[in-house]
Amino acid sequence: MKIIDILEETYSALSANKVRTFLTMLGIVIGIASVIAMMAIGTGAKDSISSSIESIGANLVMVMPGAQRSFGGPSAGRGGALSLTIEDADAIGSQVSNIVNVVREVTSRKQVVATGTNTNTSIIGTEASYMAVRNLNIDEGSFLSDQNIASGAKVAVLGPTTRDDLFGAGATGVVGQKIRIAGSEYNIIGITTAKGGSGFSNSDDAVYIPYTTAQRYLSGNRYLSEIDVEAESSDASAQVQSDITALLLSRHNITDPTKADFNTLNQADIIATASSVAGTFTSLLAAVAGISLLVGGIGIMNMMLTTVTERTREIGLRKAIGAKKKDINMQFLIEAVIPTFTGGVIGVILGWLISFSVAYLGILQSQVSISSVLLAFGVSAIIGIIFGYYPAQRAAGLNPIEALRYE
Amino acid sequence: MIEIKNITKTYNTGDIAFQALKGISFSVEDGEFVAIMGPSGSGKSTLMHILGALDSPTSGKYFLDGKDVSKLSDDELADIRRDKIGFVFQSFNLLPRTTVIRNVSLPLVYKGIEDGERISRAQKALKASGLEEDHFLHLSNQLSGGQIQRVAIARALVNNPTIILADEPTGNLDTKTGDIVLGTFQKLNEELGRTIILITHESDVAEHAKRIITIRDGLLLSDSKDHKRRIAHHDHLDRK
Repeated sequence: MKIIDILEETYSALSANKVRTFLTMLGIVIGIASVIAMMAIGTGAKDSISSSIESIGANLVMVMPGAQRSFGGPSAGRGGALSLTIEDADAIGSQVSNIVNVVREVTSRKQVVATGTNTNTSIIGTEASYMAVRNLNIDEGSFLSDQNIASGAKVAVLGPTTRDDLFGAGATGVVGQKIRIAGSEYNIIGITTAKGGSGFSNSDDAVYIPYTTAQRYLSGNRYLSEIDVEAESSDASAQVQSDITALLLSRHNITDPTKADFNTLNQADIIATASSVAGTFTSLLAAVAGISLLVGGIGIMNMMLTTVTERTREIGLRKAIGAKKKDINMQFLIEAVIPTFTGGVIGVILGWLISFSVAYLGILQSQVSISSVLLAFGVSAIIGIIFGYYPAQRAAGLNPIEALRYE
Repeated sequence: MIEIKNITKTYNTGDIAFQALKGISFSVEDGEFVAIMGPSGSGKSTLMHILGALDSPTSGKYFLDGKDVSKLSDDELADIRRDKIGFVFQSFNLLPRTTVIRNVSLPLVYKGIEDGERISRAQKALKASGLEEDHFLHLSNQLSGGQIQRVAIARALVNNPTIILADEPTGNLDTKTGDIVLGTFQKLNEELGRTIILITHESDVAEHAKRIITIRDGLLLSDSKDHKRRIAHHDHLDRK
């Protein structure tokens, strides 16, 4: 039997039962479309989480004080210890290799007062390279200069949200005006560009001042609340992290690493963790979609078993006039594969449309990958073969005499 | 030609063995018109299945055109049916919602013959079986009983078989239509020299053949050409 004849038989058999064929195909269409859409949304979510974390700054290793160690008394909590010094930061800068920038930070939360208005926000005492490390841009005026740091100048750069809170939304001419923090007056020298939340903190709602000024007027001590280290590359960040840990342990005379009075956080690790969470989420979605695909496959099998029973006499006749087992087998297998494959094609298109509209309407980011499309095609063809195999075998194995007598 | 020698067939259903054929021998020359007659339960259906290569005998030999077909595999039997046998069934067994021409050319599909040749051979077979040409593209379910059986006869003819096996071909037809169908067989036998084996339980039908083999209880009871042969009116066919 030639393939063209098999296709002709398949066409006439499938078109004889249009509604049944359509409903069976629908199961596959829904299954494949949900696999494509779920995987696209999962991949998109993963990408958007990674890029959100990367926007904090590239290849960042953050060093923060640990808990204050005291004997018997209450713990001050992580980050509360006074353990990081300017000298620690200098030592990191001079002794750890593969680093680009070391940024000192003295951060606190204070009330900020302008003429007639006030707000409570983060006061980030830092230095010029903060801008590069944290991917910050200046919208108006300028950022803190090295000179400002050296002289401990009372100057401030505002985040756009803080500017809005103090001077009204979108206010202009703010540069040159003054604000008061903890009783001291600061000159506004710049406004940063809006960046949006980055997952951990909002860089738009902050006031940036020289860390030297923050130490003198706000914290009143010589300690740092954070040291940001930018590694040369993401590959180097693990080495940078372990070198910093070793260096600070020896500087702080700590022999047991579990008793360290500081914590280090590697951005690559955060991305890896977040990605693996997103990956698990994607797998979960794909598994749910896969179950619906399986149900669609069972629908195919159900249709084919019904078809074989209905057409028992026809199968008997075909065998009586000379059809071999393989002819019958092939005919019924193709009859299962064609609707599954067609359903697969429609499902891929539908799934792509769903993920496209989800992204287009801004609900979620999504990204259809070629591999998921190929996977869907392959899976739909395989489902046709697997779930069509048993009914086709059953048809091919029928005894022609009994099949001809079947009522 | 057909030659069967001491054919037996035993069915095993559970513990009980039932012997449907208990040793039957006869031969049929090319161009004969033979009726195999017997009441139900006589073993004539079993005999037809063996003659039609749908089943193999338990013992004995069956030579079809000199070839022993009594011990063949399922696929080899399928080849024998495709090349040497044409079936006409009591219940017609046409494919529903399929054109007449497609139904008739179906055996040629399994032979791998080209579409164009299939159609010309199917048309020739349909003309030989006496169906009017304007029905060729009708769907099988748009025809009357007599027309359907002619399509089935054409389907049995199309592969140019050694024998045409007709199993109670008039069983589902009224007397007049049945007569026309029997006339078709007589015409195919007389004019085209087709070998026809007609299986029936009615002596009226059997008497249309030239030779009648009677079987009973799995054994051959008689084999004669002594009867007064009936000739079908087949006026419908003679109208040319």
